[in-house]
Amino acid sequence: MTHPRLLASALVVVALALFPLGAGNYPVKLLQEILIWGIFAMSLDLLMGYAGMVSFGHSAFFGIGGYVAALALGRSPGLVSALALPALAAGLAALLIGFFSIRVSGVYFIMLTLAFSQMFHAYTFQVSWLGAEDGLVGIPRPAVPGLDVSTLRGFHAYLLVLLGLLALALARIVRSPFGHVLRGIHENEARMEALGYAVDRYKLLAFVIAGLVAGVAGSLYSQFNGSITPDAFFWKTSGEALLMVIIGGTGTLGGALLGAAAFILLQSLVSTYTERWMLILGATFILFVLFAPGGIVGALRGRLGLRA
Amino acid sequence: MPGDLFAQALNGLAYGVLLFLLSVGLTLIFGMLDVVNLAHGSFYMLGAYAGLSLIAGTGNFWLALLVAPLAVGAIGAVIERSCLRPLYRRPPLDQVLLTFGFIYLFEDLVKWIWGGRIRSIPPPDVFSGSVSVLGAIIPSYRLFVIAFGLAMAVLLFFLIERTRLGAIIRAGVFDAEMTGGLGINIHRVFTGVFAFGAALGGLSGVIAGPIQSAYPSMGVTILIPALIVVVVGGLGSLKGSLIGSLLIGQAETFGKAWLPEASMLIIYVLMAAIVLVRPQGLFGRPLK
Repeated sequence: MTHPRLLASALVVVALALFPLGAGNYPVKLLQEILIWGIFAMSLDLLMGYAGMVSFGHSAFFGIGGYVAALALGRSPGLVSALALPALAAGLAALLIGFFSIRVSGVYFIMLTLAFSQMFHAYTFQVSWLGAEDGLVGIPRPAVPGLDVSTLRGFHAYLLVLLGLLALALARIVRSPFGHVLRGIHENEARMEALGYAVDRYKLLAFVIAGLVAGVAGSLYSQFNGSITPDAFFWKTSGEALLMVIIGGTGTLGGALLGAAAFILLQSLVSTYTERWMLILGATFILFVLFAPGGIVGALRGRLGLRA
Repeated sequence: MPGDLFAQALNGLAYGVLLFLLSVGLTLIFGMLDVVNLAHGSFYMLGAYAGLSLIAGTGNFWLALLVAPLAVGAIGAVIERSCLRPLYRRPPLDQVLLTFGFIYLFEDLVKWIWGGRIRSIPPPDVFSGSVSVLGAIIPSYRLFVIAFGLAMAVLLFFLIERTRLGAIIRAGVFDAEMTGGLGINIHRVFTGVFAFGAALGGLSGVIAGPIQSAYPSMGVTILIPALIVVVVGGLGSLKGSLIGSLLIGQAETFGKAWLPEASMLIIYVLMAAIVLVRPQGLFGRPLK
């Protein structure tokens, strides 16, 4: 099972890497957007699909990553500003928000995470030092040793390497003993507690890891656009990541990437033909929830007879 | 200044009763069906737009106030029958996500039919003027909204607490399976409650029209405060919904006047504090 999967992953990576050589600017930018949202969706999938913690406030960490990168890159455009600081800040925020949020579960967890992310939205929307409504603009891209990320292809390579590293790390995490405990908590929290696991500590750690990765995604997003607005914190950002994870298939990581691709392609393709893309997106999503709860990956597994 | 304060309090009260009409449906649907209906704001928006067309077509606000909620309630019934019912055996999250899809669907549908720009809705002629109360000039329509909302609150309390139908609904909120076991057709009650909640959402949309106008994102804008009300008041609690609405209405209105920099923060901080100190909300049943 491992070899075909490894081979398939390698093929996908090669195809993604070679894509800019054969495609115009617009498709490459679209692909880059997919890669960034894919990272964000994967981080949410770690929470939702593995630990069973459905957060409606994951945008908090995406936004923090974006804003911290914007502020830090303006002062010193290096990898520390581009990756380390945003991840650290988002991780710290996740530690704080998670500390409070994991005390409740289900709908209350959804509402509490939502409230925290909306607080950031409200704050950034109203304070002038972060540009209020208009956000921060003119964010430079970092100086990466041996790579010019100001070019389309350079940035593409940079994104791919980061996506690859983060995907590998997340895949390792979900297959580690820690990942198995998370799945156990998802299945039956009371039983894990009874078995002697410090459930809250595991949940908090999962929340922090997901926050860190989301922070990186947010930072990449502001590097990609050269700007960041309070919209990054808005609950629709969390909602869209949620849509991606569901469309792709929860608890699969790879599904999150597929979901991000499906979402962004649908958005850009449909919106070139008709203004009604939100309608089609909503309907697609409803159909997925009704008829394909396992998402794209679930549907593929059923069709090809693959096991999980 | 006291007149100003009074005017603010009345504005907050008008906003509060609006939130109440909206959150009652949300809280009943949650209590009964275990579904956090994220499309509830869409019902509010649909109500406002249906009201807009009915008023434009007939020139009669009162007719719109009656017919628009019925139409929205019918849409709710169709959604419950066709989409939610097949999901009751699945994890509750699937239903929440389904209603999330409807937000996109309805918002775009409204843009398609009515266009994307803000459409103002005239108040009924009787309430088109203003009155002076304690030195404050108040649009008389706002006073009507307050009176109407409070009257609806009394009516709803009577319906839920004093009638046989209300007893069935309360029983369903307490334990739907057991209620079904006692010979009540719980599926029909589910559809009824969802449709009734949707109709109340539509009703609040019509009522809100002359104050807030109609625009496509009005549904998602009101959804978050309404959810906050439900969580603060306690999921499934009618009393909680009323107290929560009035509280959030005042908090937001006075927040905007006194602390404009932090106004948007206040209600979120309020909710986070309540969820942490008393997760079941002010009037909710203790969590299992």
